[in-house]
Amino acid sequence: MYEHDVIVVGAGGAGLRAAVAADEAGADVALVSKLHPVRSHTGAAEGGINAALREGDDWELHAYDTMKGSDYLGDAPAVETLAQDAPKDTITLEHWGMPFSREEDGRVSQRPFGGLSFPRTTYAGAETGHHLLHVMYEQVVKRGIQVYDEWYVMDLATTDEDDPNDRECHGVVAYDVQSGAIEGFKANDGVVLATGGPGQAFDHTTNAVSCTGDGHAMAYRAGAPLEDMEFIQFHPTSLPSTGVLISEGVRGEGGILYNNDGERFMFEHGYANNSGELASRDVVARAELTEVNEGRGVEDEYVHLDMRHLGEERILDRLENILHLAEDFEGVDGLVEPMPVKPGQHYAMGGIEVDENGQTCINGLYAAGECACVSVHGGNRLGGNALPELIVFGKRAGRHAAGEDLGEPQIRTGYGDDVEDETETELPVHPGMAGLDTADGVAADGGERTDGGVTTDADGLLEQKVERTREHVDYLMEKDDGVQHAEIRQKLQNAMTDYVNVFRTEEGVKKALRLIRECREEYQDVYVDDPSKTFNTDLQQTIETRNLIDVAETIALGALVRNEFRGAHWRQENQIRDDENWLKHTLISWNDGAPSIFYRPVILEGQDKTYEPKVRSY
Amino acid sequence: MSTQQPEQPESQEAPKDPEMRGAESPVDEKEKEGGDIDQTTADKSELEGESVLIKVFRYDPEVADKQEPRFDDFHVPFERGMTVLDAVMYARDTYDSSLTFRHSCRQAVCGSDAFFVNGKQRLGCKTQLADLEHPVRIEPLPHQEVVKDLVVDMDHFYDQMHTVEPYLQQDDLPEGELEEQRQSRENREKVKMSTRCIWCGACMSSCNIAAGDNEYLGPAAINKAYRFAMDDREDEDVKEHRLRILEQEHGVWRCQTQFSCTEVCPKDIPLTEHIQELKREAVKKNLKFW
Repeated sequence: MYEHDVIVVGAGGAGLRAAVAADEAGADVALVSKLHPVRSHTGAAEGGINAALREGDDWELHAYDTMKGSDYLGDAPAVETLAQDAPKDTITLEHWGMPFSREEDGRVSQRPFGGLSFPRTTYAGAETGHHLLHVMYEQVVKRGIQVYDEWYVMDLATTDEDDPNDRECHGVVAYDVQSGAIEGFKANDGVVLATGGPGQAFDHTTNAVSCTGDGHAMAYRAGAPLEDMEFIQFHPTSLPSTGVLISEGVRGEGGILYNNDGERFMFEHGYANNSGELASRDVVARAELTEVNEGRGVEDEYVHLDMRHLGEERILDRLENILHLAEDFEGVDGLVEPMPVKPGQHYAMGGIEVDENGQTCINGLYAAGECACVSVHGGNRLGGNALPELIVFGKRAGRHAAGEDLGEPQIRTGYGDDVEDETETELPVHPGMAGLDTADGVAADGGERTDGGVTTDADGLLEQKVERTREHVDYLMEKDDGVQHAEIRQKLQNAMTDYVNVFRTEEGVKKALRLIRECREEYQDVYVDDPSKTFNTDLQQTIETRNLIDVAETIALGALVRNEFRGAHWRQENQIRDDENWLKHTLISWNDGAPSIFYRPVILEGQDKTYEPKVRSY
Repeated sequence: MSTQQPEQPESQEAPKDPEMRGAESPVDEKEKEGGDIDQTTADKSELEGESVLIKVFRYDPEVADKQEPRFDDFHVPFERGMTVLDAVMYARDTYDSSLTFRHSCRQAVCGSDAFFVNGKQRLGCKTQLADLEHPVRIEPLPHQEVVKDLVVDMDHFYDQMHTVEPYLQQDDLPEGELEEQRQSRENREKVKMSTRCIWCGACMSSCNIAAGDNEYLGPAAINKAYRFAMDDREDEDVKEHRLRILEQEHGVWRCQTQFSCTEVCPKDIPLTEHIQELKREAVKKNLKFW
């Protein structure tokens, strides 16, 4: 068994920042990640980091833009914390050596981004995430923080009290990808989940293959609710063949979208008469698909993004990476021809419910980054707000897990008397058991319930969890026939892409839920074909697929019950934002082996003012 | 098992010592001349709807019939835009789920899928199948220990990267947490290419010197040092400290300017040039010439 004060799971932007913060707070920290840190998906972020740094801008404007962008589903205390902390946390990166793009006077450059009332996006070319990831890993190396890379965390060691609010997380169980060993990692102070997004639940995604919602699924099965999962962001500009991202920076610098008739449709068809291409992402994604659906798409599939008029010098200075991506993955030279683009799954606004200190309702369990929902993005994330989220809330989660007092949070978590729990929506399938355990009396995480109640001793609990994980893996490895994960994963991805995409209907989402249920049933018969203990990616992907099923189900359940139109969540039957009934978060928790749905009101009250919901026009 | 399999993987013998593979691989004559290395024999459009044969290196110390290294053949249906990574993923998901390789972002930024493709270090995700001669031979990076199939041990590479103290070191920061350091556009431009390294290991694998001298820092680590040594935000004494690391016996002077690192770098970093520039800096400082 390994033992540290703070265990950070995942070593992308949020995980690295949490680890550095916990180290600064004096804790003995370990990073446990299924990838080497520099392989993390944060490296693929392109656009930039929003931070109010300049005269004429201030954190209040940033907070206002973010609340409006969120379609009034962001919690004001979280949004204001983001806007207040982003400037100093961004400058910290600069102090650590981040190679930001520069102004003539040597200060960091800022550029306009969608939905922002001020050009407040700091950036490093069109590869901001790459630099952010590397500069943060450099800090981890500098501080000598222990990294267990290519260790895949499979489960949390959480106690089993009836009420998740009383549970305690004592560590994790992880699998050494290189050797096949399964070991416990005990956390004396806390576990921080920073496992990134669940993009692989969709077929056409900008996300890495490793973005499989592992943290979401583990926290969910341990009893922490997932919040606002129906809000999935579809980025308006991904390459049609691969889903590779073309940064919003292209539109920020003045890139123009055209349909097949050569019309600048954002204006000419009235989707966003003021902001045009720089309306927020949900608006642009819907506009593009509407053009395609109405027969004005190129090859009935995509639209054109043109940056030729920006000139070679400006493109090379600020968007050079985009030229390479368009050339390598689509065979298009962005200097002489427009690039084909279409919406692709990009970001999950929802995630593990946490307060502004990164803490879940389970003691000792924290989450930060894309896997968490604080919530700052609400119904729709503004471009350039994901990277500040990583550094601001990664840092806070790390510090708090290390024992620093960050004050009483204003955001509440878990099931309590401030929630509302009736759901009138009829579900098409009974959302029952997950995983391999079909016996009665399962614990909240889907495993067997401890006889005689609750194990509270940390060592005993970890040993028990390690033993159960080993048995589970042995079962999967020894079973020599059945269904392979790749088949199930493809079916799941197709169901989500077909029915829980940019446009959603009640019937479609119900169809998706039935297909997800089929995937869950097929998964009962899953097996691992590769008999090797060495680098068994077959086994790893089999576990990931189970996680994707759990996460996809929460996305579809959220999309079904929220029968209004808000942010990225579009419902054909009801295209009006329903503030009377839906200024509330959707929470889905896994209790006694089945999802249950409840709601908590949005906090619109900020430090000095209350954010009044207004019509969102751009 | 899948019934769609048109052909069982055919096994062929590979050099028995996995570490010898790179050395024994035939080098294309055109490649030696630095010419266009991958003229396809067939018209690319003819590939549409066809299947492409890929020959993939297999080795697993844990599995009896894979302990002897070999090549397996897979026939992959070609689609426009298909990359080497797409092809091995297809082979894995359709024919043999034990086929093992690292990959993640699919967009040339995570650096995990550097393979030895048709005798050259390349990123699988960035290499179009249509641009290669067929059949396509896919092997793990040479000169690195093979863990399994296409997966190599990267620990030595990471150790070398850590040796050069890969983090900005500056004595005084501006006062106030909102006050940034200033860096001129010219200086950022100077270090820009060096900051693009994605740690894929292609350069180290291609370097003959690194292959023969395990202690040689290698092109990636030297480039990482360049990124800081040329950054004006570091002071002179730190620069001197950096040059002392770089001019050690197994440092910059080991480079014999063969340009193989520069040739294979998927991010177009002028690695050889950076190494030469650091040699010049070392001379200017009157440092030891090994």
